[in-house]
Amino acid sequence: MNRLSIRNIKLVSLMTVALLIGIFSTSGSAEYGDVVINNYSDAEGMRPVIFPHWFHRIRYRCKTCHADLGFKLKSGGNDITMAKIIDGQYCGGCHNGEIAWAVENCDICHSGIPGTPTQVHGDTSKPAINKKR
Amino acid sequence: MKKSYTILLLTMLMGINSFVVKAETSNEASNKGVSNVNSFNRLLKKESKTNPPPMEDGIHDADNPGTALLQAPATAFETLDKSKHGNHINWVSSLDAAKIAPRWDRSDPTIQPIVFDLNIIREVKGSMPNVIYPHKAHTEWLDCSNCHPDIFIPQKGANQISMASIMLGEKCGVCHGTVAFPVTTSTCSLCHTQSKGNVQLPRSQASNSQ
Repeated sequence: MNRLSIRNIKLVSLMTVALLIGIFSTSGSAEYGDVVINNYSDAEGMRPVIFPHWFHRIRYRCKTCHADLGFKLKSGGNDITMAKIIDGQYCGGCHNGEIAWAVENCDICHSGIPGTPTQVHGDTSKPAINKKR
Repeated sequence: MKKSYTILLLTMLMGINSFVVKAETSNEASNKGVSNVNSFNRLLKKESKTNPPPMEDGIHDADNPGTALLQAPATAFETLDKSKHGNHINWVSSLDAAKIAPRWDRSDPTIQPIVFDLNIIREVKGSMPNVIYPHKAHTEWLDCSNCHPDIFIPQKGANQISMASIMLGEKCGVCHGTVAFPVTTSTCSLCHTQSKGNVQLPRSQASNSQ
């Protein structure tokens, strides 16, 4: 009896943990095309960057960033650092206080949940080969 | 007598337990949508909510002060043409209808793209309609150098394209599946547009012999 009830308590507590995980794990239904950039952020104690493709696509054609500014068509494929941005490369091509707001607004870009890996959100090739991007 | 009571108590406990298990599994299922038993099956994955605001989208940190300043996609998309895939708006028709005016040059809003109007017809196997690739819709957004020559060799017959490679994120799949409309079973007909008419499918040997 005693051993069984202990097993029951164990079971119930396991179930509760499972239930809690179920509640707190988000389904991750973020906007299609949002890019999480976490090449250095986590290690430097900053939140990862979330780049909203849709927001920029309303204002600029693909060509401005992917041809003129040299952003490669691959998440994690661009070695972006704050030093380069301040130097006018990558995001700094526009985020320089002239075309768009400058780099002092840290938490507008660095707005991701800490620990979120670099990825394109909603990438349909991800479930097919189960790769980390 | 005492023993039977304990057995009764035990069965009751087990009963409660199984009920709890049931409630929890159904709760979990409704939270996660569809179970992850076959993650390859893209047909079963349903989006729980489209165009959620940053505070509720699961990747933005709600505790970050900057998150509250971000625009919600649904607000920006209100006046744009709708679709059933990706961002749930039709970027190409929205651009054609001048509902958006994205810059071609990042500092000069007057510079216009050089649009290249050439359709490439790619014949495909079986009864599947051929693919008509419109350069026009693509050059309104992209520079030639975005695709040529790294992704597609600009030469007739030089590019081997398969749906498998596209789904693995190569060729068309570099963009279609990450930012441009995704490859799902409901988007086949967006590319496979040229009908072959009444195609006679090959019959099996058994039916031929009759």
